[in-house]
Amino acid sequence: MTVRDKRLYLEDLTVSFDGFKALNKLSLYVDPGELLCIIGPNGAGKTTMMDVITGKTRPDSGTAWFGRGIDLLTLTEPEIVSAGIGRKFQKPSVFEQLTVLENLELALSGPRSFPKMLRARITPAQQERIDQVLEIIGLSPLRASLGSILAHGQKQWLEIGMLLMLNPELLLVDEPVAGMTPHEIERTAELLRSLAGTHSVVVVEHDMSFVRSIARRVIVLHEGQVIAEGDMDKVQKDARVIEVYLGV
Amino acid sequence: MLSFRNWGAGGDRGGAWFLAVLAVVAVAVPVFNQAVTQSSPFHLSAFGITLIGKYLCYGMLALSVDLIWGYCGILSLGHAAFFSLGGYAMGMYLMRQIGARGVYGDPILPDFMVFLNWKALPWFWYGFNHFPFALVMMALAPASLALVFGWFAFRSRVTGVYFSIITQALTYALMLAFFRNDMGFGGNNGFTDFKEILGFDLHSDRVRVVLLVVSTAALAASYTACRAIVQSRAGRVIRAIRDAESRTRFLGYPVESFKLWLFVFSAVIAGVGGALYVPQVGIINPGEFAPINSIEAVIWVAVGGRGTLYGAIAGAVLVNYAKTYLTGAFPEVWLYVLGALFVLVTLFLPRGIVGLASGRGDEKR
Repeated sequence: MTVRDKRLYLEDLTVSFDGFKALNKLSLYVDPGELLCIIGPNGAGKTTMMDVITGKTRPDSGTAWFGRGIDLLTLTEPEIVSAGIGRKFQKPSVFEQLTVLENLELALSGPRSFPKMLRARITPAQQERIDQVLEIIGLSPLRASLGSILAHGQKQWLEIGMLLMLNPELLLVDEPVAGMTPHEIERTAELLRSLAGTHSVVVVEHDMSFVRSIARRVIVLHEGQVIAEGDMDKVQKDARVIEVYLGV
Repeated sequence: MLSFRNWGAGGDRGGAWFLAVLAVVAVAVPVFNQAVTQSSPFHLSAFGITLIGKYLCYGMLALSVDLIWGYCGILSLGHAAFFSLGGYAMGMYLMRQIGARGVYGDPILPDFMVFLNWKALPWFWYGFNHFPFALVMMALAPASLALVFGWFAFRSRVTGVYFSIITQALTYALMLAFFRNDMGFGGNNGFTDFKEILGFDLHSDRVRVVLLVVSTAALAASYTACRAIVQSRAGRVIRAIRDAESRTRFLGYPVESFKLWLFVFSAVIAGVGGALYVPQVGIINPGEFAPINSIEAVIWVAVGGRGTLYGAIAGAVLVNYAKTYLTGAFPEVWLYVLGALFVLVTLFLPRGIVGLASGRGDEKR
């Protein structure tokens, strides 16, 4: 595979805050349809990396390419969203006073201005997409429920569903299982695994057993650099990883 | 499967009832006034018609407040300003209609201008002798103020209590300005002694009945338009803004523009309500801009139940009926009752009378 076939390609990214290098010549790639997990201790640069990809933070140097020839560093945050990168933040933020269905409908791509929205109707194709996403996130039976009555895990899934409405090619998911029950964690693992293949999924997570259950490829970040890469077993045996992250 | 059309069906039944009641009022008032003889105990007096007409106009103000507060979380404590501006636009037309029949007999200048020794009509009074022009101004004047004020406020991301405070300041400033004689709006006396509207005698019962029927039609049309907005996809965005403004922005919606559209539309409804109010009560003066009026409108909405539209209108009618009764029977207690009502509703009836009537079942939707 050549560089051009990667979904996401980061090279030599450096971000420094007041001399502290949050990212230090970070290079990594994401394959199309891949499910990649990124782990690392606090301050390793995971969030900064996500911020660079979504345009929230600009790097001092380096390059970030999305698919064939989209230079992420030249795009604004909304442009990156419409280019096909969706990001799920740690804290769930669904609209509590709207139903599950209405939440998904808000995330539909399409008109955004008041006069157009006033006349806009859901097309059969859009309705089909909503139903499809409801199926994927397993909330079909709760479609008419208000966001406020959903359990924590269900809110997280709904938010992933809202990202899916935009049909992103790359999903960035920040600590999806924090605060979830074991059952919810299991469902989330299933959900993310089912999304891989049709989407590239990058998960940042602390929960080791969860990472083990979903990832084929794991990348370990430390001090803004990749220090290990491979499947979970290989990574866990790596001497540096044991030293900096997993503890001896 | 749930169809999109039936969303908010809980509100539809109440809305249908509300429109039915309005239709009954529009039929019953003319019948009880015109067809029932004056000697009959069922005869509706001119005073009764005016009272009902007044409540309907207040209903439009309540509706306009509920549209922005109940659905978008914008708490305006200055909405009576838009009501008053619409009223003044109508008042200017009615003043020009008086013509040479004023006390001073000047064919062009209203009495107060002659009294102030003015020689010519100020430029902003031009055109108000034409009803269509005045009609446009009844909507345009409040809309322009809302557009300019809202543009600055929303663009600067003024929200919550700060927005409420500056709207309160807005209406207070307008009140002080309209009190000044040299503003050209009649100073503290405002406009009164109207004679005719479109050549019809304002003091005849028949014209009062027509004005009332027009008011019910205007209220029904405004209600229907508001309901169409809140049930559209734009309405969903508006409620999303109320719940989580920055998240809505993150989904790509121009939040400020949505708020501005809604605020301007709401101001137009309030303005039309004010315009219909003036010929029925026969007077408009700067007291209508008083901050307490805007606060009262918010209380009507809270009492009726915010976020339901028809509940706000019901609240306006009920609270004003209580006001009419209490200010007649026990004038000194009214303000205490109003204050207590607001506290009690906030504490025990967060969803107002409508919430009480529809019970808990409505909560789940």
